[in-house]
Amino acid sequence: MLLGGVQLSVVTALGVRMQSMQVDQAEDFRLLAEENRINIRLLPPARGVIFDRNGIAIADNEQNYRVVMVREDAGDVDEALAKLLTIVDLPEETIAKAKEEIFKRPPFVPVTIADRLSWEEMAKININAPALPGIIAEVGLSRVYPWGAELSHVTGYVGPVSDFDLSRIDDNDPLLQIPKFQIGKTGVENKLERTLRGSAGNRRIEVNATGRVMRELDRVPGTPGKDIQLTIDARLQAYVQARLNGESAGAVVIDLEHGDLRAVASAPTFDPNLFVRGISVKDWTDLNENKYRPLAAKAVQGAYPPGSTFKMVTALAALEDGQVDPEETVWCPGFTEVSGTRFHCWKRGGHGNLNLHESLKQSCDCYYYEISQRVGIDKIAEMARKLGIGVKHDLPLSAVATGLAPDKDWKRRTRDESWRIGDTVNASIGQGYVLASPLQLAVMTARLATGRSVTPRIVRAIDGVETASGAGASLGINENMLRRIRASMDDVSNHLRGTAYRSRIVAEGNEMAGKTGTSQVRRITAEERAAGVTSNEDLPWERRDHALFVNFAPVVNPRFAVAVVVEHGGGGSKAAAPIGRDITLQALYGGPPPLEAYPSGDRDRIAEQQARIAEMMAAISTKATGDRA
Amino acid sequence: MSYLEYNTKFVPTGLRKLLYLNWPIIMLLIAVACAGFLMLYSVAGGSSDPWMSRHIERFAAGLIMMLIVAMVPIWFWRNMAGVAYLVSLGLLVAVEFIGVERNGSQRWLDLGVMDLQPSELMKITMVMLLAAYYDWLPTHKTSRPFWVFLPVCLILLPTYFVLAQPDLGTSLLLMIGGAAVMFVAGVHWAYFATVISLGVGTVVAVFKSRGQSWQILQDYQYRRIETFLDPSNDPLGAGYHITQAKIAFGSGGWTGRGFMQGTQTRLNFLPEKHTDFIFTTLAEEFGFIGAITLLVLYVLIVFFCVASAVTNKDRFAALLTLGVAMTFFLYFAVNMAMVTGLAPVVGVPLPLVSYGGSAMLVLMLAFGMVQSAHVHKPR
Repeated sequence: MLLGGVQLSVVTALGVRMQSMQVDQAEDFRLLAEENRINIRLLPPARGVIFDRNGIAIADNEQNYRVVMVREDAGDVDEALAKLLTIVDLPEETIAKAKEEIFKRPPFVPVTIADRLSWEEMAKININAPALPGIIAEVGLSRVYPWGAELSHVTGYVGPVSDFDLSRIDDNDPLLQIPKFQIGKTGVENKLERTLRGSAGNRRIEVNATGRVMRELDRVPGTPGKDIQLTIDARLQAYVQARLNGESAGAVVIDLEHGDLRAVASAPTFDPNLFVRGISVKDWTDLNENKYRPLAAKAVQGAYPPGSTFKMVTALAALEDGQVDPEETVWCPGFTEVSGTRFHCWKRGGHGNLNLHESLKQSCDCYYYEISQRVGIDKIAEMARKLGIGVKHDLPLSAVATGLAPDKDWKRRTRDESWRIGDTVNASIGQGYVLASPLQLAVMTARLATGRSVTPRIVRAIDGVETASGAGASLGINENMLRRIRASMDDVSNHLRGTAYRSRIVAEGNEMAGKTGTSQVRRITAEERAAGVTSNEDLPWERRDHALFVNFAPVVNPRFAVAVVVEHGGGGSKAAAPIGRDITLQALYGGPPPLEAYPSGDRDRIAEQQARIAEMMAAISTKATGDRA
Repeated sequence: MSYLEYNTKFVPTGLRKLLYLNWPIIMLLIAVACAGFLMLYSVAGGSSDPWMSRHIERFAAGLIMMLIVAMVPIWFWRNMAGVAYLVSLGLLVAVEFIGVERNGSQRWLDLGVMDLQPSELMKITMVMLLAAYYDWLPTHKTSRPFWVFLPVCLILLPTYFVLAQPDLGTSLLLMIGGAAVMFVAGVHWAYFATVISLGVGTVVAVFKSRGQSWQILQDYQYRRIETFLDPSNDPLGAGYHITQAKIAFGSGGWTGRGFMQGTQTRLNFLPEKHTDFIFTTLAEEFGFIGAITLLVLYVLIVFFCVASAVTNKDRFAALLTLGVAMTFFLYFAVNMAMVTGLAPVVGVPLPLVSYGGSAMLVLMLAFGMVQSAHVHKPR
């Protein structure tokens, strides 16, 4: 009976235990069971496509064919791989690496053997699928830049997300946890990452205790990233890149109507696709150690002394201030003495007596030495900022340069020194502390040409919704003064004595107005000057002058403004103006201009140049379209 | 009782014996076995392979064996008790040397047609021997120290070999089962009180010995005990099985998730889902109602055995029936306690439901003798 009692109490205990677990705590346990079995897998969304202004894709998603192996289905891994090799040719090390990975993972996990297979290889694998147990050909999406190097400084590139990226950005998007998930690293891809990325979908899958997927429960598709249309004209951009080929230069074409950036080119450039696939150490070293810095987007990141292209700013500041009458003349003996220091004009013998118009046309330095002292640096800096120099333009591009429009306050703040009159004199001709990027110079020219506060924009539309126009409101500068500046710039290009006369446009109604600039990167000492200034050709590349040219065209009803900076290119009229002219013509005609637009003496040379560039562009466009076929 | 005494009473002969079988027990056994078939079908993912079909075959074979054993007069089994015990002991010793090792334990003998687990056989033959011993021993000697010492040796000898396999669960069942027979045979309670206090002392010693040079249990056994005390200590390691089992058990709720709908089982979160932990599958799929029903079926089997025993005037038959009932009780009680987290995981199958040949056949053999005792009950 005692034993029976013991048995009864044990049975009761069991019953009570069951009751407490299954009835009282059922909810808790059921929750635990759900957590156990359901796993959420992310579905990466398709990244938004970047188009140029004409709807040509410049950053697209391509199908990435890859071949994966599931070990447990393959049976003999070596044999299966050997069979695969008879069908497609894969490098030895790829196979070795894949094999290592295959044996490291659980047998049911698909391991990528190779990716970026061609469509033919993919088809071959699929046809032979019955003979290839455990080997599956899959399709994923990967970024591709069909135009390659031509737009790399604008679009930037994507690359696999790294630990460094994760530590740097405050983003808890679960997508970033996907190994090798592609995120924008530079350029538009980086700045508009959130827009382009879209949001993750997910699928809930049931897994067993070892993590094997049993079945899919449901699937919530993600939101694909938004498509972005840029203001860039890919064909024009390709032309500019081709035209800059061989130089270390930056050039910007801005549309005066909306401030659209038609081309933002930097040379040399690089192929962004290298980064998408994971750049090799050799390629990376090559890019980094190249003294022409292919990775730098000089057109927006580069800050150069603007040289004589800054003279419009000084002149306009003086006119606005009422300190200078446009007809008043200044005597240029070849130098100006300011508080005991000689500031030289670029022309040794001097220009003689010049008024404002002549000083701009012939780019006399002494004139500006004189008027700048009257108007003062603060007014000049104010005008510079009004025209877009020393102001950071808000563009979704990497490291947009702020440049510098120095004033007294700036020098006191940053250098703890008082402003000297010599600083003003230097700044008046765009030397000294003044720094501007090609983009800022283009904006300056655009504002001079329109009198409006033209604001550059590079994103034309996001998902079909147009962004605000950059046309801008009136700057409030006296139109008569602007007209005088424009007339001078017209003569720079179209008057026999203008500094850019040799690079003029002769087509009726398409003439351009411009301004050359040559900025020193070294100081010319008195002794050197006495011995005769060494010509640029005899200097090592790094010490040669920067060549600059800004222009707008046509002179009447202007449509485009262009700025070109050729690093260490020598003289602005010789090195930069021809480039500016060619780019302008290309933009005006929306393609190769007729030879009649060029001065008659140059036409043979230009024809040859056009043929050369046409060949380069043909190569690019077949590449761009060939990849798509 | 002697053969002659039997003849003076009414004992059914020939096919008439079938009428005198303890039919309620047979029906209950079949019901429990059917629950087993169902669960084995479910844990195989809705397939009679690999477990259910073999389980049915074994149960059928067991049922036939039970009937044959039931037809044989109970005194024959009493006379066979010593031989059976010695054979079992011999097999146990043989396991030590030529046994098949699985999961780190050497418990099986490869007999060609099936793998035999001699420790399972031992549970029954020991009960037989003890019943025969107390049938033979004059009642007044039952509590004399020498006559207590002798059966204790008979219990401890096989226990030692089972413990060496190592198989903690079965060795504990052997001891408790043997002790239960001695208790119902009328051994003085003071012996049990002494043993229990010694046992408690031993448990204390066992825990004290951990990490010492004289460590008594294996490390894995300590870990199991610790894990039992607090499975959350090591949820992915040692405590994983029991945690998952509890999740499966608890998530059943009142009515369960439905046949073949148990996610824990189907997705392999459950360990040993077709053997020791099969009860959790049943609890997950049929809920509290299913679990308690199975428990009631088991209790009824024990009840009918006890009812048969207390009305049986043959001392051997009564002791044997009670011993089998007790062993049976220990089986399911320990298993259920184990999977519900009330007892450490010691590797005890759920009788008739868990997949496993030896346990099933031995159990049917035992019930055959219970039936024999019932049929040949002096009336």
